[in-house]
Amino acid sequence: MKRQIPMLITFFVGALIIVSEFIPHKPFGNLSTSLGGWFLIISGFAIILGQLSLFKVNIIKISRKAPNWPYFIIALVSFSIMVTCGILWGTQKQPGLIPISDKMLNFFGYKPFDYIFKYMFENLSATMFSLLAFFMASASYRAFRARNAESTLLLVAAVLVMLGRTTIGSTLTCWIPESLGFLHLPNIASFIMKYPNTAGQRAIMICAGFGVIGSSLRIILGIERSYLGGK
Amino acid sequence: MKIFERFLHIDRRIIFVLIFIGVALPLIWTLGFNLEVTENVESVYNLMEELEPGTRILISFDYGPSTKPEIQPMAIALMEQAFTNRIRIIAIALWPMGVQMCNEAFEKVSAEYPNIEYGIDFINLGYKVGGMVTINHMAKDFRSTFPTDGGGNPIDEFPIMKGIKNFDKLGCVISLSAGDPGLKQWVMIAHDTFGKPVGGGTTAVQAPIMLAYVNEQQQLVGLLGGLKGAAEYELLVNKPGFATKGMDAQSVAHLIIIIFILIGNIGYFATRKKDTMKS
Amino acid sequence: MEILMHRIGIWIGVFLTFAIFSFLYKDNPFYKIAEQIFIGISAGYWFIYTIYNILIPNLFVPVTTDFAHNFILLIPAFLGILMLCRLIPSIDWVSRYALAVVVGTTAGLFFKRYLQSDVLNQLTATMLNPFASSNAAQIIGELILIIGTITGIVYFFFSKKHEGAFGTTARVGIYFLMVSFGAAFGYTVMARISLLIGRLNFLLGDWLGILKP
Repeated sequence: MKRQIPMLITFFVGALIIVSEFIPHKPFGNLSTSLGGWFLIISGFAIILGQLSLFKVNIIKISRKAPNWPYFIIALVSFSIMVTCGILWGTQKQPGLIPISDKMLNFFGYKPFDYIFKYMFENLSATMFSLLAFFMASASYRAFRARNAESTLLLVAAVLVMLGRTTIGSTLTCWIPESLGFLHLPNIASFIMKYPNTAGQRAIMICAGFGVIGSSLRIILGIERSYLGGK
Repeated sequence: MKIFERFLHIDRRIIFVLIFIGVALPLIWTLGFNLEVTENVESVYNLMEELEPGTRILISFDYGPSTKPEIQPMAIALMEQAFTNRIRIIAIALWPMGVQMCNEAFEKVSAEYPNIEYGIDFINLGYKVGGMVTINHMAKDFRSTFPTDGGGNPIDEFPIMKGIKNFDKLGCVISLSAGDPGLKQWVMIAHDTFGKPVGGGTTAVQAPIMLAYVNEQQQLVGLLGGLKGAAEYELLVNKPGFATKGMDAQSVAHLIIIIFILIGNIGYFATRKKDTMKS
Repeated sequence: MEILMHRIGIWIGVFLTFAIFSFLYKDNPFYKIAEQIFIGISAGYWFIYTIYNILIPNLFVPVTTDFAHNFILLIPAFLGILMLCRLIPSIDWVSRYALAVVVGTTAGLFFKRYLQSDVLNQLTATMLNPFASSNAAQIIGELILIIGTITGIVYFFFSKKHEGAFGTTARVGIYFLMVSFGAAFGYTVMARISLLIGRLNFLLGDWLGILKP
């Protein structure tokens, strides 16, 4: 019951979705459309599960005094403040439980939820990812070696694209006459992206596509059961 | 030979500082390098230009603040073109932060277009989870997927949503995407299942992958890739902005990275030669 | 007052930016604090938007305003609650019922869509007549496209040992894949630098006011 019924549900739902592609009329079409709406609601609960799980994990770490446990309190406090602001005063377009006063709006310029988003979340999110620029530069210098034919090809393609896809590439070869236009760096970069890159990406896409088809069939037919987890 | 060995052991903090300076200085003192428009970006521009005034299009904001520097300029340029040509925008988001990104872009652009009215020329329907399944559901039953706009008001109240039950009445779909769910899912459903033209803007990381969809089947009409794609689009709509200003810094940073790669390789080959001679 | 709060907000943003950048030197308490604030705010943001944009308009409002036509939505609501039971170890197995619906729907849709979009359409797009064009670059490019796609697919066939003619074909495929990865690397560098440009634009423009608008 703990595993068989979920596998049967997976089979029934998966088969229904596939059949509805070939028979879009009642009842398959209607059932398939309804399933889409249900999926949306269940996924919403799944996201709530994720946030509550984060809460639970952090509380366990704090109670057990895990290494760096004081920092997890910060995560919980930030989460609580954000949720409280969102529920009480709402978001930019959504009203909350308490209508925001003009005084508060004039003071912050935004609702508290949006203020935290704009000045804290946006800056944190953007900076976290911009760190990668430095590490990428350092890693390129350390690891990018033309050791063999394959890595040389990779290196040459990368350099040509990096130059051709910026304004400096256009400026460096702007003197080349029209008859030798194929040597213009942006044209070389475009050629690489349009043909050899597309060929490689297409090969990966087709093979990955077969992989996804195989995995989907395995899941629907109950051969793949890892999503059920546990016993 | 010692110098070549030192080439292999440059402190990474020197690289960090040089990258920082290489990006900062061109932002302060612009170099004014040439910008050329590419075919893929022009295709998206032409897709929008060929739409009749009053046509409704769907723009999906599938990105967040982490990729805002690359994609927000695309959103702003697309909105400017749409409002200039009186194309009406139905905005949705498959990423929760996309809602705020859309609001920020609209606030910036609508200041220049005072005649644009919310609910008539533009609407933000908010965020929905579910990726491909949700897009598929939207294409079959739009109104049950989005019963309200982002502010909780029923969509029946808004003239822009009149008659929208699925994708039939949309001119095209544009996805501004930073990952999954995003442009790939829109291609699979909106174009490959329901035959709607799809254009897109992605981060530079995704662009090489998505280029495979720009083909004879026109799975993707065109693609704006990264900051360069955004800068090209700004050039086409004749409103240079953040992306155009950033291209000089981009160029210098690329040059610095290429120089360091070359230094590393020179050091590698020189020391390898020395090791071969020793042995 | 709004202008003052805007300036305070900018300074908060600058502090958090430098707290994250301090990781470039080494891991430190400022970075850890900023990281945890980011995690907390991010989770809170998702939580609020899920409730306001999904659960309220798609579940609570239809069920409470027009129960007669929408009572069927109680089924996904029930499944959603079963999903939440995953938090309770003794009854976490009940979440499998909800998970089965989600996984089954996704698997069914992925089966169709990947087959059409990523396999059939891509194969069709490769079936070109490369000699139809009069442009030499296009002819060469389309030949490269066809050969590259076929050899790339051959490389990924691991059921046969890569030796002889098959091995040579796979080797050619690797070269095309390497060009792909090089191009992808070039674009990835562009992406990361763009993000740094965004940050410096904030620091130099919004904070220090050095940049011209």
